[in-house]
Amino acid sequence: MKERLPLFIFVFFLLMFITGILLDEAGNVFQKGVTICLSCIGIG
Amino acid sequence: MERFRRFIQFTAAFVANCRLWITPSSPIYTGPLKFICFPGLNCYSCPAAITSCPLGALQNVFASLKMNLQLGRPDFGLYVIGSIGMIGAFMGRMPCAWFCPFGLFQDMVFKLVKVPKLAFWRPLSHLRYLFLFLFVIILPIFVTDAAGFGQTWFCKFICPAGTMEAGLPLIALDPGLRSIIGTLFFSKLTLLFLFIAWSSINSRPFCRAICPLGLILGFFNKVSWLRLKFNNNICVDCKACELICPTGVSFADGRDDINSTKCIRCMRCFNFCPGGAITVEFSKTRRQLKDEDCTCHTK
Repeated sequence: MKERLPLFIFVFFLLMFITGILLDEAGNVFQKGVTICLSCIGIG
Repeated sequence: MERFRRFIQFTAAFVANCRLWITPSSPIYTGPLKFICFPGLNCYSCPAAITSCPLGALQNVFASLKMNLQLGRPDFGLYVIGSIGMIGAFMGRMPCAWFCPFGLFQDMVFKLVKVPKLAFWRPLSHLRYLFLFLFVIILPIFVTDAAGFGQTWFCKFICPAGTMEAGLPLIALDPGLRSIIGTLFFSKLTLLFLFIAWSSINSRPFCRAICPLGLILGFFNKVSWLRLKFNNNICVDCKACELICPTGVSFADGRDDINSTKCIRCMRCFNFCPGGAITVEFSKTRRQLKDEDCTCHTK
């Protein structure tokens, strides 16, 4: 069981990742990524 | 191994920042690769960056959580948490030592600035929990404006990678931005210079005392597919591992676990150990487990 733990954890996050894609969360990351983050610069 | 790691670090920094054609009219990359979360601290507002920063993306998810719940929009950060979790489950905190551009920057400052080096004050490493839970999770979720939108507190008030990779180049490129910079920018710039000075006397101070992304990946160190193993019976007690460790993990004397959240898996201890007391372990693959099961049943 202990040996399989990394695999279970990986699959858990993989499913999370795929669900995120299906819910178009990647699109939201993209939307943020293509706009200048004024907070990061220290202006916003 | 050390040269190979350095090569990988430079390659990763270049791959993450390979947009070479930068113009004032299009200061940042807006292409399709921006939906990918890079496994390291690399500001997505850097003019050369072609991917997104996982920590910035995570904060944006938390900052817009309340608003999304009010509007009934499903965005719970599954994509970002899944991206970080998959990397963590596979290799733990290894990206910090091998891929992170800001880690490489700290390594270079520590190596190239010839000043007396000092010991890192170990209790400072507990600050990472404060930065993760307060600045990345709690404040962005709970301190919101009237519309329910929070702020990316860590990016805004702390992140020196953002100031260095995005702030300075964008201000150099855009005169419009130059005219609106204020106290916050100069306080972040001061923080950046303090970090650079600190990096010259301590190895990787940001990774050891501040980095929330490193802490998240560090949580996976004990349960990742790739792990380190220390054999106390072979150890010759030379302390080489402790001396060469860039994050000061002290496992030979039992103060830390070899797979503690501090370990960035640079593999220097594995490489330098004269007695071979440190080994790299991989969790068994499904096939190996199946073969073992078969052997047990045969017996």
